[in-house]
Amino acid sequence: MAGQSTYKPSNGFTKWLDDRLPIMRLGYDSFVDFPTPRNLNYWWTFGGILTVCLGIQIVTGIILAMHYTPEATMAFNSVEHIRRDVNWGRIIQGTHAVGASMFFIAVYIHMFRGMYYGSYKAPREILWMLGVVIFLLMMATAFFGYVLPWGQMSFWGATVITNFFSAVPVVGDAILQLLRGGFAVDNPTLNRFFSLHYLLPFMIAGVVGLHIWALHVPGNNNPAGIPVKSKQDTVPFHPYYTLKDGFAIVVFLIPFAWFVFFAPDILGHADNYIPANSQVTPTHIVPEWYFLPFYAILRAITFNIGIPFTDITFIDSKLGGVIAMFGAIVVLFFLPWLDRSPVRSGGFRPMFKWFFWLQVISFIALGYLGSKPAEGTYVVFAQIFTAYYFAYFLIILPVLSRIETPKALPASISESVLKVEAKSATTA
Amino acid sequence: MPDNDQKDPNRRDFLYVASGAVGAVAVAGAVWPLIDQMNPSAAVLALASIEFDVSSVPEGGSVTIKWRGLPVFVRHRTEAEIEEARAVPMSDLKDPQTDAERVKEGHEQYLIMIANCTHLGCVPVGESGDFDGWFCPCHGSHYDTAGRIRKGPAPANLVVPDYEFVSDTVVRIG
Ligand code: HEM
Ligand code: FES
Repeated sequence: MAGQSTYKPSNGFTKWLDDRLPIMRLGYDSFVDFPTPRNLNYWWTFGGILTVCLGIQIVTGIILAMHYTPEATMAFNSVEHIRRDVNWGRIIQGTHAVGASMFFIAVYIHMFRGMYYGSYKAPREILWMLGVVIFLLMMATAFFGYVLPWGQMSFWGATVITNFFSAVPVVGDAILQLLRGGFAVDNPTLNRFFSLHYLLPFMIAGVVGLHIWALHVPGNNNPAGIPVKSKQDTVPFHPYYTLKDGFAIVVFLIPFAWFVFFAPDILGHADNYIPANSQVTPTHIVPEWYFLPFYAILRAITFNIGIPFTDITFIDSKLGGVIAMFGAIVVLFFLPWLDRSPVRSGGFRPMFKWFFWLQVISFIALGYLGSKPAEGTYVVFAQIFTAYYFAYFLIILPVLSRIETPKALPASISESVLKVEAKSATTA
Repeated sequence: MPDNDQKDPNRRDFLYVASGAVGAVAVAGAVWPLIDQMNPSAAVLALASIEFDVSSVPEGGSVTIKWRGLPVFVRHRTEAEIEEARAVPMSDLKDPQTDAERVKEGHEQYLIMIANCTHLGCVPVGESGDFDGWFCPCHGSHYDTAGRIRKGPAPANLVVPDYEFVSDTVVRIG
């Protein structure tokens, strides 16, 4: 919706500024008089929520870095020092640790919203792909952050995750040493992870800027999935969506605050309160909850891939697991070209709906299985759900695009809104 | 001169490509130190070898020592365990190696291995698993009494580091 700018400088200073650096105009056009579809529901508030999450992580993180010591013999104690001695440290550290979880809850909802309403389809492919880049950067940031307290889970998480790279044929071990700066995870690893943990959130902020830029060219998608046709279809961003987003942010902050105040450790693992010990692995290592679905996919590949009935293997189970896990994210980049249905919104796609919700359930099931030991039926179920996860993208969506008959679309956004209103008026 | 410049590709194109190529080499040369600094430093490499007196490990016992930051198992195996390892047919092994290839002649009772599971690096638990050797709880790999992979996602046997007996009871690892 990059239309004509309606910004009018209100006084001499803003006029002077506007002729030199039209930054007020940019802000006004992007967040005040930005024409926004009038039918956005609460699933559309998670973009604003995510921006707040990033802000909270950056502010609390910079404060933590003022008291934290990135050195293997001192890191654990310095985090305890923050929690016990630093003024307000318990709340600030808790906000940062809980904030990571809240950030991921929001991003998962935001992504599934996009998948249901077809927000990845033309003309929003770049917008979607930038989102996947942000997701990858977030995962890397959270992983590096989790290593910093240097507890048992930090240490063994870092060991297992860096070991993924040893699965790369031929150069695997060289890459592993390069990443760790030693033969094992140790002080050099901690130092560089701290450096990267500080850097990446600012890179995320940069990509978020591109993401919003790419959003403001075609404008928002909406629950009806049809484009804006006239001025009747939109309302200005402010005050309509600033307030709707603001309300959602407040609601989101309630459980957030509950965790910080009453259960700051409930989302983590008790083992991380044991200082790192390179000689003993905890009996049950699991990543943070937000990595569990991908962890389950990693462990679901328990078989070698090669020529059947011979000893020839192309991809052993270890490399296969790593490929499947990264593939689970890479496939998202191709989603705009896998789903060719011209209808965006899942609300008008009777068959798609079922497969979509199955995908949501299967993703949650993978998360549950990722937290269980990799034995017996847990593995079998993880394999079934992993197969569904990939089939959804690679088989089901391309086939549905061909065979599904969508429901009739409303003529315009305003018509779809008025219809809903008329219906509720008659039932009331 | 104009004559020469009309030809396709001409001298100018050649100069562009040649200077571009030299520039690329220079950039690669400048970037390499920025990457290589992440590799193990001289201080880390300096700790590369250690000595250990194996006579302190009783029969049936095992200790974990630290070498290059890595945990290393020194296991003093019982007669029964050695027999069990030797009896395994090569065709049962995912990563075939005889028991003799994994120990030093004359010191068969001592099994010295890097204690990181070859799957993703956890430290397996001793005297457990389906093959009486080690069991890695992280993703369920089973190793036998010679530290060879028998079941589970790990692709290879536990790694035997380079080491030698410098006296009857002292080994130097690395
Ligand atoms: C995308 C944003 C960010 C995410 C998802 C994130 C995530 C995390 C996580 C999961 C931890 C471990 C907390 C624990 O379990 O105790 C952590 C720790 C830490 N983070 Fe961040 N972080 C982010 C941004 C930042 C920034 C911008 C800074 C500093 C400039 C920072 C500095 C720190 C420090 C010093 C620690 C260690 C203290 C502690 O463990 O609480 N973080 N981070
Ligand atoms: S690390 Fe041992 S089985 Fe995965």
